[in-house]
Amino acid sequence: MIGESMYQELILEHYKHPQGRGLREPYDTEVHHVNPTCGDEITLRVRVGTAGRIEDVSYDGQGCSISQAAASVLHELTAGSTVEETLSVVDEFTRLMQGRGQVEADEDVLGDAVAFAGVAKFPARVKCALLSWMAYKDAVVRSAAL
Amino acid sequence: MTPTSLDVERIRKDFPILSRELPGGRPLVYLDSGNSSQKPAAVVETIREHLAMHYSNVGRAMHVLGAESTEAYEGARDKVAAFVGAPSRDEVIFTKNASEALNLVAYSFGQHLWRGTADADPRFTLGPGDEIVISEMEHHSNIVPWQLLAQRTGATLRWFGVTDEGRLDLSGLPELITERTKIVSIAHQSNVLGTVNPVADVLARVREVGALMMLDASQSVPHHPVNVAELGVDFVAFTGHKMLGPSGIGVLWGRAELLDAMPPFLGGGEMIEAVWMDHSTYAPIPHKFEAGTPPIVEAIGLGAAVDYLQAIGMEAVEAHERSLTAYALEALREVPGLRLIGPDSLELRGGTLAFTLEGIHPHDVGQILDDEFGIAVRVGHHCARPLHLRFGIPATTRASFYLYNTTGEIDALVRGLLHVQKVFG
Repeated sequence: MIGESMYQELILEHYKHPQGRGLREPYDTEVHHVNPTCGDEITLRVRVGTAGRIEDVSYDGQGCSISQAAASVLHELTAGSTVEETLSVVDEFTRLMQGRGQVEADEDVLGDAVAFAGVAKFPARVKCALLSWMAYKDAVVRSAAL
Repeated sequence: MTPTSLDVERIRKDFPILSRELPGGRPLVYLDSGNSSQKPAAVVETIREHLAMHYSNVGRAMHVLGAESTEAYEGARDKVAAFVGAPSRDEVIFTKNASEALNLVAYSFGQHLWRGTADADPRFTLGPGDEIVISEMEHHSNIVPWQLLAQRTGATLRWFGVTDEGRLDLSGLPELITERTKIVSIAHQSNVLGTVNPVADVLARVREVGALMMLDASQSVPHHPVNVAELGVDFVAFTGHKMLGPSGIGVLWGRAELLDAMPPFLGGGEMIEAVWMDHSTYAPIPHKFEAGTPPIVEAIGLGAAVDYLQAIGMEAVEAHERSLTAYALEALREVPGLRLIGPDSLELRGGTLAFTLEGIHPHDVGQILDDEFGIAVRVGHHCARPLHLRFGIPATTRASFYLYNTTGEIDALVRGLLHVQKVFG
C-alpha cells in the first residue's frame, strides 16, 4: 500500500480538479519545460504585478497525476505572494522532494504542498513533482531579467 | 500435450526470481520481458562457474585458463551462430548490446572512411543525394545511429509510416525505396506495438534497387524461431539480456562478404593483424570488430541461455506466447476505456501489448500496479518517441510476455487495471 500513500487524497483532488489551468494573458514570461524520461511537459506563464507580487501563474501541459497536481498546487500557493516569498516556498519544496523521504516538511511554508512528501520516497517520481516548480522558478528568474 | 507445448510451471521453477516476494509480501508478476528478461538458474550457474573456476582473458593467454576461457567464449559464438542459422560462425560479432551492433553498421557508411584508400566500396560510400530508410515504429537505437550518419555524410533519412492499426505502411514502398536508397533498417518486431514486420515484402524492393537491409531483431530472436539465412537480409542485430542471457552482450550478424568489405569500427587489441607506427592491418572477422577484451562471461552466459531456449524449443516458446497473447487481447477488452496501440489480432504479432487508459497517465498506472499488486510493466515511450507522437500520445503502458508467464498473471493485470481506474475514477 505504498503507492496509495503517495497518492494522497489532496493530490488526487488537484489532479481531477486542477486550479488555474489554461494559458492566460497578460503575462511577462512564458517557459516550456519537459521531462525527457517520461515525456511530461508544461508551458507556464508568469505575470508579476506591482510591488513584485505574483498576479497570475497560468499553465498547460500533459503528464501524470503527480506532475499535474503539483502545477495546480503551485498556482494556488503563488497567487498574491511576492516573488521572494514564492521562491522560498520553491526552495522548501525542492528540499522536501530531494530529501529521499528523510526530510521533515515545513507545513507553515508549504501549505497544501506537504501532501507531496510521500513522493520523495520514489526517486523516479520526484522529477514529476518538480517539473512545474522548476518551470516557475525559471520563468520568475527570466522575468526579473526583463 | 502436443510436441510444441511447454510446461510453464516447470519452467517457472528454473527462474529463482519468479518465486521471490516483494516488500509487503506481494508476489512478483513480471510482465516486462520486452524490456529485459529474467535469467534461469542454468545461466546464472554457468557464469558463476566460469568466473570461479575457468576465468582468464581470451585469445591471447598461453595457459590452461586462457585456453579454457577462449574455448568457452568461442563456443558461445558457435551456439549463437547455430541458434540463428548463421551460415558461418565468423559472421557472428559480439558487441555489448544491440545498440552497438546497429551503431557498428551505421558507422561503416561514409565517403570519409575511404579517403586515401583505393578500395572504396560503393555500397558503403554515402553522401548527399543518398538515402537511408527507417520506420516510425523504431526504437531510438535504430533511429539515432542513422540520424548521426545522415548528419556526418549529408545523406537523407527517410521513414516508413505506420498505419492506424500499427502496421508498417507499405503503400508508398516504390517511392520510398529507390535507386537513391543505400540502406534500409527496420525492426523485425516492434518493441511497442508487437507488430512483426513483413521482411520479405520490403526486402524484395530493397534487392530491386540494390540497397542493403538490416533488421533490429532485439524483440524477435528471443521469442520466435529466427533464421538469418532464410530471412535473406544483410545484417541482423539482437541482444542477450532480452533472451535470458546477461546484460552487456549483444550480437551483430552480417554477411561475411559485407563484413569483410566494411572498415573497422573500434580500434584496439585483438582486432589487429599487425601494427606499425604509420598504419595497421586488421584481423579477419569476427575479431576485426571485437576490439579490446570482450564481455567474456556475458558471452558465455548468452551461450547458456541459447542452450536453455533450444532445449525447450523456439517453436514451443512461440506457441506459448501466442496463446498468452490471444488470452490477453481478449482479457484487455474487458477493461473500459482501454485503447490498444497495435494490432488487435494475432496475425503477425508477438506478445507485447501497449495501451492507454482513458484519463490516466501511464506512470500512475505503472505505480499502482507495482505498489499494490507487484505487477511489473513498463510505462513511458519505451524508447520509441516518434511512434508515440504518431499516435498523438505521450506514453503508453506496456505488458510483454515470455515463456515463463501465465494466463493467471494476465488475470492479475486486468484486476490491477480495474483497481487503477477505481483510484483515479
